[in-house]
Amino acid sequence: MGLFRRIISLGRRSRLEREAEAELREHMAMCIDDNIAQGMSRAEAERDARRRFGNPRVMRERVSAEDAALGLESLWHDLRSALRVFIKSPGFAFVVVATLALGIGANTAIFEILDAVRLQTLPVANPNQLAELRIIGGIHGFGITDSAFSNFTIPMWQAIKDHHEPFSGIFAWRTSPVRVGSPDQSRNVYGLEVSGDFFNTLGVVPFQGRLIEPQDLTSCEISRVVASYSFWKSQMGGQPITPATTIMAEGKAVQVLGVTPPSFLGLVVGDRFDLAYPTCTPPNPRREVFTYSVMGRLKDGWTLQRASQYFEAFSPGLFDETAPDGYPAQTIKAYKAFRLGANTAGAGVSTLRDQYNASLEILLAITGLVLLIACANLANLLLARASVKRREVAIRMSLGASRGRLLRQILLESALLAATGAFLGAALAQPLSRTLVSSLDTTDNTIHLTITPDWRVLIFAGAVGIATCLLFGTLPALRSSGAEPLTALKSGARGVVGNRERFSVQRAMVITQIAVSMVLLAGALLFVRSYRNLLTLNAGMRESGVLSGGFYFPSERIKPENLGVFKNQIVDEVRAIPGIDNAAAATNTPLSGSTWGHGVDVGNLDGQSRFTYVSPSFFGTLDIPLLSGRNFTDRDTNDSPLVVIVNQSFVRRYIGTASPIGIRVHVRSEPQYPERTYEIVGVVPDTKYSDLREEPQVQSFVPIAQLPVTAQGPGTGMLIASRDPAAAEQAVRQVMQARHPGMQIQFADFQRGILDHLVGDRMMARLAGFFGLLAALLVVVGLHGVLSYFLSQRRSEIGIRIALGASRGRVVASMLGNACVMLAAGLAIGAVLTVFASRGAGTLLFGLKPWDPPTLLAAAALLAVVTVVASLIPSLRAAHVNPIDSLRAE
Amino acid sequence: MAKNDLQGALDLLILKTLAQLESMHGYGIMAHIRRVTDELLIVEEGSLYPALHRMEQNGWVRANWAITEYGRKAKWYALTRAGRQQLANREKNWAQVVQGVDAMLRFA
Repeated sequence: MGLFRRIISLGRRSRLEREAEAELREHMAMCIDDNIAQGMSRAEAERDARRRFGNPRVMRERVSAEDAALGLESLWHDLRSALRVFIKSPGFAFVVVATLALGIGANTAIFEILDAVRLQTLPVANPNQLAELRIIGGIHGFGITDSAFSNFTIPMWQAIKDHHEPFSGIFAWRTSPVRVGSPDQSRNVYGLEVSGDFFNTLGVVPFQGRLIEPQDLTSCEISRVVASYSFWKSQMGGQPITPATTIMAEGKAVQVLGVTPPSFLGLVVGDRFDLAYPTCTPPNPRREVFTYSVMGRLKDGWTLQRASQYFEAFSPGLFDETAPDGYPAQTIKAYKAFRLGANTAGAGVSTLRDQYNASLEILLAITGLVLLIACANLANLLLARASVKRREVAIRMSLGASRGRLLRQILLESALLAATGAFLGAALAQPLSRTLVSSLDTTDNTIHLTITPDWRVLIFAGAVGIATCLLFGTLPALRSSGAEPLTALKSGARGVVGNRERFSVQRAMVITQIAVSMVLLAGALLFVRSYRNLLTLNAGMRESGVLSGGFYFPSERIKPENLGVFKNQIVDEVRAIPGIDNAAAATNTPLSGSTWGHGVDVGNLDGQSRFTYVSPSFFGTLDIPLLSGRNFTDRDTNDSPLVVIVNQSFVRRYIGTASPIGIRVHVRSEPQYPERTYEIVGVVPDTKYSDLREEPQVQSFVPIAQLPVTAQGPGTGMLIASRDPAAAEQAVRQVMQARHPGMQIQFADFQRGILDHLVGDRMMARLAGFFGLLAALLVVVGLHGVLSYFLSQRRSEIGIRIALGASRGRVVASMLGNACVMLAAGLAIGAVLTVFASRGAGTLLFGLKPWDPPTLLAAAALLAVVTVVASLIPSLRAAHVNPIDSLRAE
Repeated sequence: MAKNDLQGALDLLILKTLAQLESMHGYGIMAHIRRVTDELLIVEEGSLYPALHRMEQNGWVRANWAITEYGRKAKWYALTRAGRQQLANREKNWAQVVQGVDAMLRFA
């Protein structure tokens, strides 16, 4: 309390002084009054008062001196003098503050993202009770999967929704786009299909109106929706929800029931939804299409383990009942062996978690190392400064300054630096993490994470920085203040040899810095090279100037048996448009992440192959050469012999060295795809299939007109090659609107789609690169600081040497030699560390081994250059020491 | 035993004065001590004001400006709760000091 008031009163110094003066003046006046009352004359009275009182100014000083005794005035004084020191050496202050701020800011930012992606629970009631049901070990490519979270078919969901003993409530959901707006100006928004108990079970409370309830599950046409808070605010004007509120969705007006609270963004981490709508039960749901994610809330007393046991026991009946038809017996047997298990779901589901977990952990490690270097650097700078101040300390002590007073001033200097750095770091953390998250956005997918300031990590990082400052800022001061002033004065800046012991601490710091920088630089080079490998990778096909599109034509009402020919016809119409080089229809766009495959038998070998159904122009459009055999023609239809073109991997896997042309490929049956036998008519080289990172896939291509009639649908993927994609898009839209009104067309850039899959690699390359450079920069600063200090310690020694005839070259060599010894030690330790550290990055790298000698060499070489450059300036300065000056200074 | 006993004695006198008079200005405190001790103890301005300032900073006394009985403006001091506590401690200490010094003098 008292201390608090004293500190406040510091700011009112001048006011207090005026007040003391007034008080003393009044005292004097009272004294005079008394004297006059006792019968003195006025002049006499005044003289007597002054005699007793003494000099008023001295009196006031004595009152103020009380503050000094309390150690107050000097605190203010020390703070000001610390500030003055920084203003005098702004470079030093800037480096210290910037280093700390970056170290603390980056660490906090990365940790906050990791926390948001991995640790934060859903904003619902008791998230820890939520459990997700999944097939143990996955479905091994069985059937068709909608999305990463689709674990249940509709029949499976129907069988389980009434048998959930361990759950107090259960619900199914999936994400699926919804078209909103009038038919001619519609666009897709993020949709969330939910079963009746979705919101009840989660315990989400409506922000407005009501949410979807079991009675809303009526027809399969969307008739009522619930809007998310952000959609309601931005797209519906935030108007109050009434029973009359509607919105245009899927071509008609549907009722808006209510709005979800702002915090609820759905169950997918990093995703959001715009409109939620009820699930429906179609009359004949497909039994091989996995659609829903199913979650429940555990009843009191049930653990995940007990629930898992319950569902495992329930599984045989469930999978018997829901087994699809049309598969070979072997496949069905595998299906019936599936078992359900309950998994924790309190943190929601996430692909981000799988996708970026390893990256984020490595980034956290990298920023941790940066903080370490930053601290080593700080320690170094502060040690060097403290040594320089040794003489000043000695002088002040011999002039009578108290040890405590000196310590306090040095402590204050360190604390001021540390606090500024930590404060800036805290301010940097939020913008940094936001930039980082937005750098992972792709063309059609924005990541929505609620990044909350994490005080724990901020405090941790801040404490590390501040502790470093205080420790290395004050320890040397403590020691020198304990030393005999005379000794310090004698040796001072003029000693022949610096303090060996302290200097070795600094050497250790520099070596640590070089070693850790080596790890960071090698890491940076690895990630940059890996990203470059991916960018320059030859996927085996044309990537630039290609539009990938989706054409949907349900309104044309074409019979399934004619759809194949119709698709070829559309391709021809598009190819005829001026400005378009080539166009092709395909059931699967390469490198889009989606896959399609069938089980095959070739001779006596059996296995899997990827299958793509394409128009004859496919290979021409993507510049894939035919190695042998013939291309498809428009005459290859379901009425002619069935033909297939396979890639080299297919040949290697199933055929070997024999000529593949004419060999028969037997395709096993599955729903909508009856058993068939194709004849190989051609071979193409290996091309990348769904992802740039994957090994070459076994691929087969079949004419799109030979797609089984049962599998034909009123839509196709398109690939359009042209020199001017934007103009081509316009032209195609116009022509198609004119000839096939009602056809829906979507376009995307093929190459950008491929690059979107590399955002994680791009982020790693950029950030690792940035931190690597930062580390190298810090090495420059640290080394320069130490060598400059070294020079200042040995100035007179060098002066004597030069006076005795040492050549300047030898002086430079001795300084550089010093740096090189530290460099060699740092690089050796760094290389060992790198080999250990880079193991963790193995899975993230493409086309590189973590233990990559060229990368290590390059990092070492870079550091060597940096070291030499950093030491050159102080070394050259040493060579220009004027012997007369440095000797005369004694 | 308290340290700084000589300074402690001055503090004790001031605190006791304020305890007796409820509130008083510096000149009044001086006059009170002189009167009560029959001019045996005279506190000088040069010791009084620094001491008052220190006590105010320590939160033992609080001060505000008011008009004296003779129509002059003056800074009036009064004890705070911490000040009363302080006074009690000092009184006890002083009794011990007196006892100790007495014992010393009587030793033959």
